[in-house]
Amino acid sequence: MGRYIVRRLFGLIPLLLGITLITFFVIHLAPGRPVDLETQFNPKVSLEVRERLMHIYGLDRPLYIQYLDWLKRFLCFDFGVSFVDSRPVIDKIAERIPITLTIELVSLILILLIGIPIGISSAIREGSFYDTMMTVFVFIGFAVPGFWLSLMLMDLVGVRWGILPVSGIRSLEFESFGFFEKLIDIARHLILPVLVSVFGSLAGISRYMRSNMLLVLKQDYIRTARAKGLSERDVIYKHALKNALLPVVTIIGLSVPGLIGGSVIFESIFSIPGMGRLFYDSVMARDYPVIMGVLVIGAVLTLLGNLLADISYALVDPRIKLE
Amino acid sequence: MHKKVTIYIKAAMQKAAFLFIVVAICGFRPDYGDAIVVGSIGEPRTLVPILASDSASGTICSLIFNGLVKYDKDLNLVGDLAERWKISEDGLEITFYLRRGVRWHDGVPFTARDVEFTYKKLIDPNVKTPYSGDFQMVSRLDIVDDYTIKVVYKEPFAPGLSSWGINIMPAHILEREDLNNTSFSKNPIGTGPYKFRLWKRGDRIELLSNHDYFEGRPYIERYIYRIIPDQATLFLELRTEAVDYASLTPLQYKQQTNSIFFQKNFQKFNFSSFGYTYLGYNLKDPRFSDVRVRQAINYAIDKEEIVRGVLMGLGRVTTGPFIYDSWAYNKNVLPVDYNPEKAKELLREAGWQDTDGDGIIEKDNTKFSFTIITNQGNNERLLTAIIIQRRLKEIGIDVKIKVIEWSAFVSEFIDKRRFEAVLLGWGLSMDPDIYDIWHSSKTREGEFNFIGYSNEEVDRLLLEARRTFNQEERRKAYHRIHEILYEEQPYLFLYVSDALPIIHKRFKGIDIGPAGIGHNFIKWYVPKSEQKYIR
Repeated sequence: MGRYIVRRLFGLIPLLLGITLITFFVIHLAPGRPVDLETQFNPKVSLEVRERLMHIYGLDRPLYIQYLDWLKRFLCFDFGVSFVDSRPVIDKIAERIPITLTIELVSLILILLIGIPIGISSAIREGSFYDTMMTVFVFIGFAVPGFWLSLMLMDLVGVRWGILPVSGIRSLEFESFGFFEKLIDIARHLILPVLVSVFGSLAGISRYMRSNMLLVLKQDYIRTARAKGLSERDVIYKHALKNALLPVVTIIGLSVPGLIGGSVIFESIFSIPGMGRLFYDSVMARDYPVIMGVLVIGAVLTLLGNLLADISYALVDPRIKLE
Repeated sequence: MHKKVTIYIKAAMQKAAFLFIVVAICGFRPDYGDAIVVGSIGEPRTLVPILASDSASGTICSLIFNGLVKYDKDLNLVGDLAERWKISEDGLEITFYLRRGVRWHDGVPFTARDVEFTYKKLIDPNVKTPYSGDFQMVSRLDIVDDYTIKVVYKEPFAPGLSSWGINIMPAHILEREDLNNTSFSKNPIGTGPYKFRLWKRGDRIELLSNHDYFEGRPYIERYIYRIIPDQATLFLELRTEAVDYASLTPLQYKQQTNSIFFQKNFQKFNFSSFGYTYLGYNLKDPRFSDVRVRQAINYAIDKEEIVRGVLMGLGRVTTGPFIYDSWAYNKNVLPVDYNPEKAKELLREAGWQDTDGDGIIEKDNTKFSFTIITNQGNNERLLTAIIIQRRLKEIGIDVKIKVIEWSAFVSEFIDKRRFEAVLLGWGLSMDPDIYDIWHSSKTREGEFNFIGYSNEEVDRLLLEARRTFNQEERRKAYHRIHEILYEEQPYLFLYVSDALPIIHKRFKGIDIGPAGIGHNFIKWYVPKSEQKYIR
């Protein structure tokens, strides 16, 4: 097992290099340059100035040299500094990760806690009125545009009822709060975004769970279990559930990179300073170092997430052996 | 008896009147305190003022820092950190006499050394400043004494004076720092009316009033700048009164803010912004190199209709490249009336006629069909293009519209001259110098005369106008340029849109002028009884 993990980890290195190479060239192929910062021309910013900026950024050198340069720094875990505000890329990412991670983690846990039971209970009552209602419910969540739902909830809960803040993650008086007040304040700000994000993602996990469960319930060993005279409760929760949960492990593994990815639309609507907005703004400003930083971290997490899924698969499913 | 009473009443009334006047003159003092929460879509990129080119950075920097000069309510140049200035006879030297007793927020006195330091950073080739252009014209800068500074130019350069509105930075803090990579942006120290308190990235910036500001302590104690990237969310935040100050879209201004709630709690303002929207032609294109075609299009477009339809009436038709309320704008140049018949006639003269009856005019067997490109993310421009498209169809010109993401738009289409016509806007600086946009030498790739305009008289006048400090002479030159540009129509000048701020009603003392409302911000106040944020 240990050998397997080490081998897999080494196998990731060429993969990661390939990813950085392709990403680097692709983002530089996109038209536009980081010096066209504003959405309106400023006649005071002359051509000479823009050329000088290109030189300071090192963008006047051949692309492969820029890449090698980037790679050299990356190997020392240095992502460089942002073109936009000259701050280290790693700082910019680090200050955004906690908030995005919190929202995504809380959402993921809630999605699992709500989605899995919905899936199981629907599978047990396949074809019943309850099953249909649940299907309708989760697909409404899937189909309703997130931005629309967000605005409606903000208008209702924030403006009309006035019980939750409309947007942002902290109150204006945040700095003067005590620890618990701070916690409550952040929690109040996160209720709406988490709610919308959970509602939109229930369909995926619950349908997945439902179909797995149905598949498992038709297996011979379930029939055997029933034939043994086990209670339906034991059949479902002891024998069926464990097996039906297996593929969910893969889903959790795959959602690891999403944990820090964030979402531009949510974060913009709720004014949350998270990773999604950082990435979007960087792309719009052609802030290459930040774009590379975010993408590479995402790639690493995806690769690790896959590895983790494979390993945990072996741990929970004795049929699978890692060699 | 009666008489006595009358006299008594008279005396009392006189006394009362006198008292009233006394109170009015010296008794009325606005209250200090409260906070203003400004909601904005954009986040400042940096708070190092000479590196900042975006408007959000400019807004915050202008509260923390000062320039040597500034523009007042009526767009006149007045002293800021400089008390006054003197321009030598030959126009080559400007001597600034600096204000004494000004202190940086950390208590260190402001002197000529800070000005020299800022200048040196502006011309340092390793500093990422976008503002070096105007300062390349300076041949040297001498410190006469701690409070006098002499700037010598290579040639007389009138826009140079207003370029000293650049925010001055503290030498004692930044001298040993690399400006491109300094912690100063996290904790800027200026001389301005507000001191920096904190910056939560992507969330908000907070400033506190500077109690010994040289123009007097600002009444509003805290300035909170909240970053709310979505226009709809920003509007909802106004509805909950969590935001006190924001900019509205024309639709929000006209139709969504008339409820009793908004009338009771908010005040709205509108005034001309400093910029204009235009349709620029690629003059290298044989169709547009014919002045009659350009004039025909000017007759065929109803600009009033665009102002009504796109801006909901919140703007004005413009005829030239200057700020409408400034001395440079020639008010005698009037927009031509909408006249499609005249347009068709001009096109006929130029050889364009619909010979095959398909509704589109031809010349030498080619149909008159062209594409207007504009940038993504500006709905006003797109709507304007659509109205132009329809009006031109009526005179037999087929127009296509293409919307392109900004950065690609600039580098692939504008810089490389790959366009037939472009719908864009210019933001205008207060000084009317437009050399970089209109002079025939400014047509290299990446320069701003991308339409390829060239006119000897305009070239000469542009140079004359920047080489004299005499405002009367400059005015004449710019008025003539305005006339020529409207006659020749290298741009189809369209409109100036209004700035549409909405501000909570508890803020008093707001004074609207040609410069807008920000010029007396430090005099805004909230009466004690209405203050909301009390700590």
